[in-house]
Amino acid sequence: MSATTLTRELEQRARRALDRPAEYGEDIDLASYSREARQRAAGELSQLTSEQRERFVRAGVELSGKGRCGSYIQLDHSILHRMSNIEKLEVMGIEQALEAYPELGEKYWWQAMAVDTDKYTAQVALNLNHGYFLRAKPGARTTFPLQACLFIGQEGLAQNVHNVILAEEGAEMNIITGCAADIGVRRALHLGVTEIYIKRGAKVTFTMIHNWAEEISVRARSEVFVEEGGLFFSNYIIMQPVHTVQMYPTVHLLGEEAVARLNSVVVATPGSRLDIGARVLLQAPRSRAEILSRSVSTGGTVIARGHLRGDAPGIKAHLECDGLMLDEGGVIHAIPELEGGVADVDMSHEAAIGKIAGEQIDYLMARGLTQAEATAAIVRGFLKVDITGLPDALQAELDEVVEACEASLF
Amino acid sequence: MTNMLEIKHLTVATNGKEILHDLNLEIGLGETHALFGRNGSGKTTLLMAMMGLGGYEVVQGTIRFKGEEITHLPTYERARMGIGIAFQRPPTIHGLKTRDMVNIASANGLDAEALAERLEMRDFLDRDINAGFSGGEIKRSELLQLLAQKPELIMLDEPDSGVDLESVRLLGDVVKELLQKDLPPHERQKSGLIITHSGFILDYVEADRGHVLSNGTLACSGIPRELLSTIRTMGYEECERCQLRRLQES
Repeated sequence: MSATTLTRELEQRARRALDRPAEYGEDIDLASYSREARQRAAGELSQLTSEQRERFVRAGVELSGKGRCGSYIQLDHSILHRMSNIEKLEVMGIEQALEAYPELGEKYWWQAMAVDTDKYTAQVALNLNHGYFLRAKPGARTTFPLQACLFIGQEGLAQNVHNVILAEEGAEMNIITGCAADIGVRRALHLGVTEIYIKRGAKVTFTMIHNWAEEISVRARSEVFVEEGGLFFSNYIIMQPVHTVQMYPTVHLLGEEAVARLNSVVVATPGSRLDIGARVLLQAPRSRAEILSRSVSTGGTVIARGHLRGDAPGIKAHLECDGLMLDEGGVIHAIPELEGGVADVDMSHEAAIGKIAGEQIDYLMARGLTQAEATAAIVRGFLKVDITGLPDALQAELDEVVEACEASLF
Repeated sequence: MTNMLEIKHLTVATNGKEILHDLNLEIGLGETHALFGRNGSGKTTLLMAMMGLGGYEVVQGTIRFKGEEITHLPTYERARMGIGIAFQRPPTIHGLKTRDMVNIASANGLDAEALAERLEMRDFLDRDINAGFSGGEIKRSELLQLLAQKPELIMLDEPDSGVDLESVRLLGDVVKELLQKDLPPHERQKSGLIITHSGFILDYVEADRGHVLSNGTLACSGIPRELLSTIRTMGYEECERCQLRRLQES
């Protein structure tokens, strides 16, 4: 895909924004990353070593496709695999989808997200390296999750993707997105634009797990539109070292009784700088939102942003930011914001940052755990978010991934 | 025969302040002792120091468990050797379930459901430990963890405070089981040290010996029911007067 598939207007707007710095996050020199990736072959997936496979597993990706109702796997700038086991579920590369559905370009593509938001959205628009299109047709129900994987295997590469997710009326989608880098890749850049449209009464569970490397930077731009009675549950997990991540998705609750819940669980290791936010704009009566953020610093920096704005009567929204400082040298900065725009709103927030209480360690030691084991158990508990509305199988799987990642923390 | 517990000339300080002074206590194999004393007399400090918890500094003296000195051993080693404690006010730990605590305490896969059934705690297994638990629920949860741990020396910090009498009976039954009260005294291998204010727990669990802790040391030892009756009728002042008299005589 090139800029030629953009409308002239979009292209011009993107060009004007190419140098526009982002509102948050340290500025990235895009020219210092390679835009050229060698072509990858689908056969490469079957030749991976067990160590390489582990990189996928820790990002929640099942390479065999077992237990998945659909799958999209992109390595660098090549789409290696896509499949769907369900008739009502479509999995495509974004360019293929734009060709198949002309209305995609008119109604959804760059409609929720402004192309000129900043230099990163502009870069994705003008130098696109695929991305996925996932669509659940009206009434589609899936038991197994659908997985999408964006993998970087080439040192110094920039991977620019644009994803569109469309849950039609009454459809239900459980999506696991795994973002990871190969063994040996130290420095790379991942730019991702994701637009999610949740139609009336539809439900999308979107779980994103990161498994990057020390010098990799990530800028993610996401907008979510939720119509009447629609549900959006997001789980965002970073437990492995990464250089910088900056993301601040915005969810627009546009229809009555629409619901959004966004959980993030992040661990900042020394050298990591995670600027993680979530914003929900409650624009329809009786819509509800909950943002829950759990951050741990083992020496890195976390900025946990949260913003709720209520502009319709009968809305209910809550924001919770918890931070656990495990080591010196780290910073956790919680920035919760509430904005009420009409009288009849019910909005609240809680924020707390601290270290593990000595009495908690004592308690576990009195039951036979060493100090290190007790600390690990408490951190594990802190990071274990019971996600309301998540299917049991997915929760179990998520717990496994989190546990595997934690094992490398201690 | 080796005692289960032998404390000699124990002086303990917290935050630089001496709380226990030159305290001596022996608990024989299979014996249960009751510990009385005013609020702030140092009863909990004694249990914490025996468990080796942070902030309780042994300034002087020794603690021996089954003949082995444990005065400076870390807490987890004492727990693994067979010392168990039911805390009076245990902390809440979010994300850690009661079931996790049972598994940690047992150090092997015991049947948590069956143990929980015994204490009417099944509904609590998948709740965050101590989060929103009532006073009685905390006592039951603590005993549940002790059932899992199967310690040889069982220390209970006011198992009967803030609990209705019906619950005390249930707790008492479990404590009796922990202390092998169904066996004849000479066959019992478990010992207990129970802090109680009200003495309610002693209606269900027979104690062999009682002690009154006053001013950081044992002021008096004797038959638990008699001590309790003296305290009830004459108050701790009588114990203190008696302690003073004996000090003056010696």
